[in-house]
Amino acid sequence: MNTIIDFIANNQLMIYLVILMIFVGIELIEKVPSVLHTPLMSGANAIHGVVIIGAIIIMGEAENMYATILGFIAVVLGTLNVVGGFVVTDRMLEMFKKKKK
Amino acid sequence: MNFLQIIYLIASLTFVIGIKMLGKPESARRGNLIAAFGMTIAIFGTIFLYEGIKTSNYGWIFGGLIVGTVIGTMMAKKVKMTGMPQMVSFFNGMGGACAGIISLVEFDHILHTGPFTDAEPVKLGIIFLGLVIGSISFAGSMIAFGKLVEKIKDNVLPLQQVVNIGLLLLILGIAAAATLGYITTPNVLYLILALSLLYGVLFVMPIGGADMPVVISLLNSFTGVAAAMGGFLYDNKVMLFGGILVGSAGTLLTVVMCKAMNRSLTNVLIGNFGGGSKNAGEGKEIIGSVKEISKSDAAVLMKYSKKVVIVPGYGLAVAQAQHICHELEQVLEDEGVEVKYAIHPVAGRMPGHMNVLLAESNVSYDKLIEMDDINPEFKTTDVVLIVGANDVVNPAAKNDPSSPIYGMPILDVEDAAHTIVMKRSMKAGYAGIENELFFSPKNSMLFGDAKKTLTELVSELKSL
Repeated sequence: MNTIIDFIANNQLMIYLVILMIFVGIELIEKVPSVLHTPLMSGANAIHGVVIIGAIIIMGEAENMYATILGFIAVVLGTLNVVGGFVVTDRMLEMFKKKKK
Repeated sequence: MNFLQIIYLIASLTFVIGIKMLGKPESARRGNLIAAFGMTIAIFGTIFLYEGIKTSNYGWIFGGLIVGTVIGTMMAKKVKMTGMPQMVSFFNGMGGACAGIISLVEFDHILHTGPFTDAEPVKLGIIFLGLVIGSISFAGSMIAFGKLVEKIKDNVLPLQQVVNIGLLLLILGIAAAATLGYITTPNVLYLILALSLLYGVLFVMPIGGADMPVVISLLNSFTGVAAAMGGFLYDNKVMLFGGILVGSAGTLLTVVMCKAMNRSLTNVLIGNFGGGSKNAGEGKEIIGSVKEISKSDAAVLMKYSKKVVIVPGYGLAVAQAQHICHELEQVLEDEGVEVKYAIHPVAGRMPGHMNVLLAESNVSYDKLIEMDDINPEFKTTDVVLIVGANDVVNPAAKNDPSSPIYGMPILDVEDAAHTIVMKRSMKAGYAGIENELFFSPKNSMLFGDAKKTLTELVSELKSL
């Protein structure tokens, strides 16, 4: 129990950040027309590709074979998530560009 | 290091601004590019400025980035617009796997410094949670992917829900016990990994194909939370920020999607809706006959109408008939007929999917009318042309409480003077249930492949 309280005390800023981000996320989505739900989901999908940062860190710090191999796989998969996600979203949105009547 | 923090700050801002801009049609594309820019600087900032990255590992990092970029771009460019939902699911699974692997390696790091039970419990807890959520997201997304490409069938085990809940509790129990030092073997990590993957499979397996968008959206927010775990682990604000943002936005999006189908999330997750043959035919039997219409009669009927509403469904998308559909619309407009599209919130395979498909074939944005706005208009509509849609126009959703789709909002096409259903056969729709609309005296069927039939309709109209 004490460790949990210590953790909260030591990471106050992080916890404030998490709580605020939850509200920001909800606020951002609330007024979106349903036509944009698919691109939005796809865009959000690309953004959680930020997990790639963690993959780069484990890869960069890797000292043994285990970490190197897994790190490399993680970097590839994370990149797939980021690049694929953004490209797919862009392809969807390309079609929404303004058209002349 | 300080400069890196500023890069992370900027990247985090681009994520918020990006998502905000993605919510408006005019700015959506720029929003996506802005977020992509933020991601790029965060990635390169980490490589060059993060303390502890060994230059000797640059080869591996850049190798991985290049491989991922090439494959990712190719897949994303090659996929057809109809295949979008499974593509999103696939990329989501990749992110989940990435988060899971981070936990595996970090746990290994801990083992190198001594027994893992000596590590900070909070850190251990975060590693386990990242592994659990990441693995569930990965396995679940892959199953969802398999279902959408129709390689995996819906499978419901006996007592599936009990098994699922039990398994989830077991996983969390083991993770908690290991975190608090009650389990001391390091192999517990692999047990958690295996059970989480299994849970991911069992979690998605019984959910019907029609509910896949909801599941993908939910798994999307799971991966966001898994990424946020990484943020906690490395005290990395941009991971935390991006992860939580997607986690909360994704959860809300999931709820919004459920609302569009007038169902609760629990109902989607445990209701086994559209669970293959299990529900098929559970609705009441329909007795009656259907009437067919010839293409030339259909063409005449539409030409001398004042107002025609087209209801596009997934069938139109599969047949790649969106372009010819647009042509039909133009031919009719030239004849002075008012043409509109009625877009059900879940038309296609994801909310907004149909809009993307029609936009692809240059259908003007203001012709796509959402359900609540078009429903009152059906009373003044002469002909409704239903192309490859089924469940979204099934009146059973309104008047048959025994139907599995009862309560789902539908397009009130039966208010129109005539309906023409274009379909390949009398086969039931995605939810696996009969549609009594087909038997209505106001309805005529036009059997055939959507693309071929529409092409012939257009030439009939032109020759009239």
